[in-house]
Amino acid sequence: MSKLITSRRGLIKSGAAIGAGLATPTIFGSSVWAGSHGGYTNAPTGSTVTLGFNVPQSGPYADEGADELRAYMLAVEHLNGEGDGGMMNTFSSKELKGNGILGRKVEYVTGDTQTKSDAARASAKSMIEKDGAVMITGGSSSGVAIAVQSLCQEAGIIFMAGLTHSNDTTGKDKKANGFRHFFNGYMSAAALAPVLIDRYGADRKAYHLTADYTWGWTQQASMAAATEAMGWETVANVLTPLATQDFSSYVAPVLNSGADVLILNHYGGNMVNSLTSAVQFGLKNKQVNGKNFEIVVPLYSRLMARGAGENVKGIFGSTNWHWSLQDEGSKAFVKSFGEKYGFPPSQAAHTVYCQTLLYADAVERAGTHNPCGVAEALEGFKFSGLGNGDVEYRAEDHQCFKDVLVVKGKENPTSEFDLLEIVEITPRAKVEYAPDNEFFAGGDLGQCNPGA
Amino acid sequence: MDDILLQILNGLDKGSAYALITLGLTLIFGTLGVVNFAHGSLFMLGAFVAVIVRKIMMISSVTLDPTRTNFLGKPLEIKTTYIEQWFGSFGTWMIDYSVPIAVLVAIPVMMLVGFVMERGLIKHFYHRPHADQILVTFGLAIVLQEIVKKFFGANAIPQAAPEAASGALDIGVWLGFAENAVIYPEWRLIYFFFAVAVIAAVFSFLRFTTFGMVVRAGMVDRETVGLLGININRRFTLMFGIAAAVTGMAGVMYAPILSPNYHMGMDFLVLTFVVVVVGGMGSLPGAVLAGFMLGILESFASMNEVKSILPGIDQIIIYLVAIIILLVRPRGLMGKAGVMED
Repeated sequence: MSKLITSRRGLIKSGAAIGAGLATPTIFGSSVWAGSHGGYTNAPTGSTVTLGFNVPQSGPYADEGADELRAYMLAVEHLNGEGDGGMMNTFSSKELKGNGILGRKVEYVTGDTQTKSDAARASAKSMIEKDGAVMITGGSSSGVAIAVQSLCQEAGIIFMAGLTHSNDTTGKDKKANGFRHFFNGYMSAAALAPVLIDRYGADRKAYHLTADYTWGWTQQASMAAATEAMGWETVANVLTPLATQDFSSYVAPVLNSGADVLILNHYGGNMVNSLTSAVQFGLKNKQVNGKNFEIVVPLYSRLMARGAGENVKGIFGSTNWHWSLQDEGSKAFVKSFGEKYGFPPSQAAHTVYCQTLLYADAVERAGTHNPCGVAEALEGFKFSGLGNGDVEYRAEDHQCFKDVLVVKGKENPTSEFDLLEIVEITPRAKVEYAPDNEFFAGGDLGQCNPGA
Repeated sequence: MDDILLQILNGLDKGSAYALITLGLTLIFGTLGVVNFAHGSLFMLGAFVAVIVRKIMMISSVTLDPTRTNFLGKPLEIKTTYIEQWFGSFGTWMIDYSVPIAVLVAIPVMMLVGFVMERGLIKHFYHRPHADQILVTFGLAIVLQEIVKKFFGANAIPQAAPEAASGALDIGVWLGFAENAVIYPEWRLIYFFFAVAVIAAVFSFLRFTTFGMVVRAGMVDRETVGLLGININRRFTLMFGIAAAVTGMAGVMYAPILSPNYHMGMDFLVLTFVVVVVGGMGSLPGAVLAGFMLGILESFASMNEVKSILPGIDQIIIYLVAIIILLVRPRGLMGKAGVMED
């Protein structure tokens, strides 16, 4: 056997080399923003205009990314006058005519963020430099969104954020070229806290498990502040590494801590696993301090609910949009998405579809793809008919303000999609905050950058 | 005290998984001398055997219910599984017990996967440097996980433990602690006993059967055993199959604890290699001991009390311990001289 074996050192070296290879970011260097025309980066010259869809096509959020991509393709169809037009028919602005954007046919390129900041930046950069994308949109993680947003700011490209829920995206890391339609951690907390206090009482002790990155931190801080203001006590906040798979060692001490509520500031696969652990440890049917033990998931998505299966029943959370909404915009979107793909869209699909239409509409109104013109058209833009009631893109921080849905895991689902029920639609006024709110302070939009 | 007991218990199930995977890895390394980076994939494939068995059981006939509508306003589809239609309540029972049933399915399936892997690919790399073996098995691992992702998607697919074993036990009350002090899920306890049973079976097989004796002899001196007229290669191939089955079963049973996803193999791979190095390359008892030890240590490191003193310690504890052990005992806890040394 000794013939087969070289050395321990050799093994460790080869292992390390493979590891290093995997970890190396794939950003390649070249003069970034050269080769542009028309006074701004990637000004379209021919008969087409290219949009860059940067979504996780691999990695733990790939299902979310796949749904985003479906919605993008649907939006492109609608913009080019194919299909039934979806929410273009219900959108309050009537600039979009189904003849592309400014008469140019819409084409797209896609990139894979892998839910990693460096990979996301590399793919965005490649779409801007090689494919001439005039706008970048997408993402399913705040870490990624913030990284790509700052890249787009430097590049002179508009960034229409996808699913990103950290306060920082439009808080301390906001950028003049970046716009977020999705809601954020603060808004989730503001909508959720009153409902929780109403259902579970003001005398509660909460234990937080929190994903250890920008979204988790801001979500936890927002939830703690909102619930404490209404009488709850925060017993502990334990940060869990993003890569955690088995949450049992974090969940095990919860029951013995005196807490009677567990708040899981987790998303995607993290949430599925932590909730499963919590249920396995019997938390859902325990009595503590003479009350039923409760679990809360501040940010819900249907895709996550499907992952967590039975465990989500009765658990409260918030969401940006849900396919069961009965306004005309939502119904139109569910219909065109459902008929094309055979299942209802997720909130990630909804937000990116809206972002694409909003961008196209802003370009039409501005008469140019120039990021400064587009930004001006989006700032302070008020609209409706896209499924969230009356919405405004606030000029000060480029955050959309709209109603927030408080949802609960459905006890008796009628289908595999029917997993969440809407408990309350919290009106926009209750989740709105001043631009200099403490959770959002410290950032500066800066000036719009047209690049070139 | 109750906190400490809780974390020891907690470490046991994770440690059980580490121990089982590492056991398989060490069996392969010890017999064939191959460093198998695709071993984590076997764990993942095992977990997906559970997924597939359940999927097969859930194959349903569809009837339309005109009184109710789906999200597009069309008649709602009602699904009834064939297995329940054919077997009635026994069918329901089978669906409930899909994970234990999948363990039985996994044994032949994973052995077959092991044979194919060994005969089809790894065999050709026996006489190549370890670096080549690592690269090819690592590549295989990536291929396998992408195939699984292609068919099952990127999100985790939850698998329920049988109803009877999905509750939690208040172990603390039995030991005289307060209520709710030491709660432990039943399935994790079952996992621990399952792991102990499998480990005992593998050790007994190697110790008390003629086949095992030959294999052990081959591990010490392959050439001499070959000169005695024994086809050691065939036995080693079989050991590869057994190792794959052990790891696959570990994956099946772990499915209710950690919802199977395509990258779970990679996640476990790195840790199990640390376990192997800490336990000592090629040492089976070392692998098992280090598996349990690191599982429990990891559990302690994620306690809030520990994290408040040493933030982030839960992410590095295993590597930290590995460094210390390798400094103090360069061959690992139970490593023997001459293994992987020039």
